[in-house]
Amino acid sequence: MYLLAIDWIFIIEKLVLIAAIVTLSMVVAMYATYGERKVAAFIQDRIGPNRAGPLGLLQPLADGGKLFFKEEIIPLASSKFLFILGPLLAMVTALLTSAVIPWGSSMTIGNRAVPLQVADVNIGILYVFGVVSLGVYGIMLGGWASNNKFSLLAAIRGASQMVSYELAMGLSLIAVLMLTGSLQMSVIVGEQYNSVWNIVYQPIGFIIFFICALAETNRTPFDLPEAENELNFGYHQEYSSMKLGFYLFAEYINMFISGVIMATLYFGGYDIPFVNEANLAQRIGENWVALLTFLTLMAKALFFVFVFMWIRWTIPRFRFDQLMHLGWKRLIPLALANMIITAVVILWLKK
Amino acid sequence: MNVQLTNRSKPVDRRPMNWVERLYLINIFKGMAITLKHFFKKKATIKYPEETRPFSKVFRGLQILNRDEEGRERCTACGLCAVACPAEAITMEAAERQEGEEHLYREEKYAAKYEINMLRCIFCGYCEEACPKDAIYLSQTFTPANYQRKGFIYKKEDLLIPNPVTDPEGYQKALGTISREKEGV
Repeated sequence: MYLLAIDWIFIIEKLVLIAAIVTLSMVVAMYATYGERKVAAFIQDRIGPNRAGPLGLLQPLADGGKLFFKEEIIPLASSKFLFILGPLLAMVTALLTSAVIPWGSSMTIGNRAVPLQVADVNIGILYVFGVVSLGVYGIMLGGWASNNKFSLLAAIRGASQMVSYELAMGLSLIAVLMLTGSLQMSVIVGEQYNSVWNIVYQPIGFIIFFICALAETNRTPFDLPEAENELNFGYHQEYSSMKLGFYLFAEYINMFISGVIMATLYFGGYDIPFVNEANLAQRIGENWVALLTFLTLMAKALFFVFVFMWIRWTIPRFRFDQLMHLGWKRLIPLALANMIITAVVILWLKK
Repeated sequence: MNVQLTNRSKPVDRRPMNWVERLYLINIFKGMAITLKHFFKKKATIKYPEETRPFSKVFRGLQILNRDEEGRERCTACGLCAVACPAEAITMEAAERQEGEEHLYREEKYAAKYEINMLRCIFCGYCEEACPKDAIYLSQTFTPANYQRKGFIYKKEDLLIPNPVTDPEGYQKALGTISREKEGV
């Protein structure tokens, strides 16, 4: 259906996909808060939320309702526009990353192949990095606009932490990019589809990436911008009601998205392990395989979310200088070494 | 001198850490294994409103004033409990039994007023031991919270156990397991 030389079906398809992905991220983030509390409880030999609904499954709704109905306070001395912009930016940047992730193999609806990816841009992973580095604005603006020295300090810490860990993250990724020879997410997944997962070649790269992902999402042990006990809640101290909710929510969305990205880059993306998808597609149909691959990706991502929570309840928070030491003096050299070794091995094997 | 209280103590290793140890990764994995083990452990939680934790055999809670099997008050207002009370929480006023009140009070004298200040009471159980008439027992309930201090001064109406003749169920409930054993019921 072309009207005014615009492929309208294409636009509708993408809009549906965007709506679906945003909803999915929201729901996953909602239940990640519940999951976090359950995981925390289980690790501490408790039971966790079990009052709201069966097994406490309505707990996220209750929490959300509470956040919506709480009194909203904007400090008088704050710069109001930036104050409101902060949580919005955090949320938007958290959601933006999901655009370039291939969520499953392509479906056929009518006689149209629908890839389960919003935008298959050829600089996919660069786009992710670009957006992730914008995430720092959410924290920075929140801390700055609050007009509170503790918030500002925490925000500065958050910003410097994110900047320093992004370097190591990027460097660890270059090794993967050298293996696949492309920045395009779908190509990275396709490459692993046909051979082995990247984790086999890049275990050290993965560990570096994982640590940096923890730091980027501000998860313990790197949750210095939040630091309840040192900076009384850090950058979102002055926030109340749903604006605080947005910050907390953005963290969970970030967690989910970084789980998806780790699965995509190192664990074969939507590849179902030990299954030949092409054979399966002939037997049960392409669309069912697409669904299965999507569920596989979700399982992998949610496993990483669980690991994030598991780590949170195991390792205490780093001191800020330790954090910087680890980032600059350990991870960046390690990532560089990993990159060089990978490069040498690739050259050597090709000769 | 090397005194060991338990044989679990370990000497402190003060050697500088080598490169692998300084990575901390192995120790982090060890820690994560420990937390994961707890993930599958049996939970210690008691789901309170549905499950209640049984009191210990020797638990001493709120006092009750007992009745005999015909429903008459046992207390004769002798004042021994008040004398025995180290916290001086008990006060009482005695009165004489009138004609026609034999079904209410067991002896010729009874407590017209009997008060225990639960803010003072230390639940030592001396009153129970001092009582020659088996009239006062410490049951197995807590003192409920209250907004005012006067709410903690328990009057005779609050302390008196339900009548076993007219309300046998309430009587059994108020007795609790331990006092029931003492009663030999």
